[in-house]
Amino acid sequence: MAQEVADSPEITASTKIPFWYDPTKRAIIYQVVVLGMVGFVAYYLFTNTLANLERQNIATGFGFFSKEASFEIGESPIPYSAADTYGRALLVGALNTIKVAFIGVILTVILGSFIGIARLSKNWLVAKLASLYIEVMQDIPVLLQLVFWYAVFYESFPSPRQALSPIRGVYFSNRGMVFAVLQPHQVYGYMALAFVVGCFAVWTLHRWAKKRQEKTGQIFPVFLVSIAILLVLPLVTWLLGGAPLKMNFPKLVGFNFEGGATLSPEFAALLSGLVLYTAAFVAEIVRAGIQAISRGQVEAAMSLGLRPGKVLRLVILPQALRVIIPPLTSQMLNLTKNSTLALAIGYPDFVSVANTTINQTGQAIEGVGLIMVVYLFFSLSTSALMNWYNKKVALVER
Amino acid sequence: MQEVHQTTVMKPPITRVGVIRWARANLFSSVFNSFLTVVTIYFLWKIVPGLIRWAFIDSSWATTGAQCRAGGGACWSIVTKNVRFIIFGFFPYEWQWRPLLAMIILFSLLIVSRNRRYWKKWLGYLWLIGLFVMGLLLKGGLFGLPSVESTKWSGLPLTLLLSVFGLTAAYPLGVLLALGRQSRMPAIKSLSVVYIETIRGVPLISLLFMSSVMFPLFLPEGITINNILRAQVAIILFTAAYIAEVVRGGLQAISRGQYEAAESLGLNYYQKMRLIILPQALKIVIPPSVGILISAFKDTSLVVIIGLFDLLKTTQATLSDPRWMGFSVEAYIFIALIYFTGCFSMSSYSRRLERELYRGT
Repeated sequence: MAQEVADSPEITASTKIPFWYDPTKRAIIYQVVVLGMVGFVAYYLFTNTLANLERQNIATGFGFFSKEASFEIGESPIPYSAADTYGRALLVGALNTIKVAFIGVILTVILGSFIGIARLSKNWLVAKLASLYIEVMQDIPVLLQLVFWYAVFYESFPSPRQALSPIRGVYFSNRGMVFAVLQPHQVYGYMALAFVVGCFAVWTLHRWAKKRQEKTGQIFPVFLVSIAILLVLPLVTWLLGGAPLKMNFPKLVGFNFEGGATLSPEFAALLSGLVLYTAAFVAEIVRAGIQAISRGQVEAAMSLGLRPGKVLRLVILPQALRVIIPPLTSQMLNLTKNSTLALAIGYPDFVSVANTTINQTGQAIEGVGLIMVVYLFFSLSTSALMNWYNKKVALVER
Repeated sequence: MQEVHQTTVMKPPITRVGVIRWARANLFSSVFNSFLTVVTIYFLWKIVPGLIRWAFIDSSWATTGAQCRAGGGACWSIVTKNVRFIIFGFFPYEWQWRPLLAMIILFSLLIVSRNRRYWKKWLGYLWLIGLFVMGLLLKGGLFGLPSVESTKWSGLPLTLLLSVFGLTAAYPLGVLLALGRQSRMPAIKSLSVVYIETIRGVPLISLLFMSSVMFPLFLPEGITINNILRAQVAIILFTAAYIAEVVRGGLQAISRGQYEAAESLGLNYYQKMRLIILPQALKIVIPPSVGILISAFKDTSLVVIIGLFDLLKTTQATLSDPRWMGFSVEAYIFIALIYFTGCFSMSSYSRRLERELYRGT
């Protein structure tokens, strides 16, 4: 039978199949056509753009990087003035974005886990309040929340002259929160160093304890000892350095405060808006992660004689994290991308600085391209980091 | 024997029935829970009465801004006095019934589409006619309706227009991209992947910027496209990438057997997709698609940044009027309520649908 089919004249290679019936050749034709169309559109847009740029006398290229920016930026983690270059201005913007995204992600994870756990609480009141929070926050656009918080901070706090001062050295006004900070001193640098050394010591201790447990079965109280090391080392350094405690108190000079550290209303509004909004989504993710673990797992762990703390640390968390991490990553990216809405309330993030640059230089293509590349970089690096972590906690199939 | 029948019917102990049982089980089941309940009730007691006082008892509902300032409570007058501007923006005052009618048509269509029994061909045609009528009502210029410049479209109708038309136009593009990503042809596959991943990696703002400042450079000399259409294109391009990922999930959920069965019937690619795969895949992805509609609805508020007068911007314009300055919280709460109503009804519908669909099959 098989012989017959192979020999039948229609299928032997000698008969010519028209090329449009050959799937491989047809695929090539399709791809050539699609690529040609895309190429043609790109070429058309490119030539139009060139003609337009020439007509409007707009410069091209990234030469503007080294030109003087001549605009001020409200807040900056590095020294910056209007006399600096566009390149530095954009760097300030990028650092501001990283600042808000970094702090935002940490706060979001903490608040989100808290609400997610509250949502599963056996306490009816707490569970209902948590689900109300999740429902309301998810259904209001984040931009609206940002402008809302900005209005609250800006309108309901008094001017600096009538600033509220709940405790000495802390002032709330519509210019933000001003608070006293420790005056810089050499010893603080050494304390940071001591902390790093402490971290290294903890890591070594952890490895040693694990080896010892594998060998002898004895358990070393790593957690308590680690905390002691991390606290005691910097504290001892501080005492040896003469225990400096001089504070830099803010003073009202003219219409605003001088000295101390300032938390601007823009930053506070952006941070609270992003955190409160994203935490609602994180809470749902955490809830789903915890619910994904079957009760049998907990019961099995308890019947092995593990204490509740160990059940959480060794059985529940490793499995829940596996479910939580991938959607959590996308929420972190969302938070970073939503931080671009800073533009609407005047926080100088990267997009806001790039926007000013575009308006001043007219180089829209470079500006928008830069925005896209920077956020793609943020996205790809965050997801690479989270993928690495995810691989670490992922199920090891044997 | 007699004694057995004489047992008196005892009521269950009071701690085992009614409110007390419920409270014991749900609020005071352990020491920690009781502590939590007490703390929560204390905070609610501290916050809620003040809030109610501010929002309802001390509030003013139909006064001028100056009277509001004297009053002290919430100033809902900013909403009641400016509601037509907040909702319809710059649409000519005497023609504002037109966007109102368009919105009523949209809501009735949405309500009809909620029922799964009506998911037939005629509903699709009804939507097409509805969208056309809505566009006609906004644009005018036919049947004796005076034409209204699209620069005057603003407020809630603009928000709805951008999100509903955005999703409608993005869906076919998203399906194409999803199919492209599943394709075996390397050129088509890589084009789709690059497009989807790039768009999903950048914020919507950068696309809106592109539409507002870069797009004019792309066009040949003398041709201009108005702001709203450009923002609409940006929203479509953005939404399509997200739809593509959702549809890809649906395509992957269809078992290989379905593909193989379709091929063994001798169907070609288009027949296979149109008759076998897509009808099943698209049905699975309806709930997540509603999710995308919700985000599109929320995300359209971003067009504020490129200067379109959507719901948020008309509110901000009202707030910049010196007579009403300082009542942002009340005005924002009002539009937050509009957004919340829209998103909440969609998301609860999507959850219901999910339950029905997965129970049905």
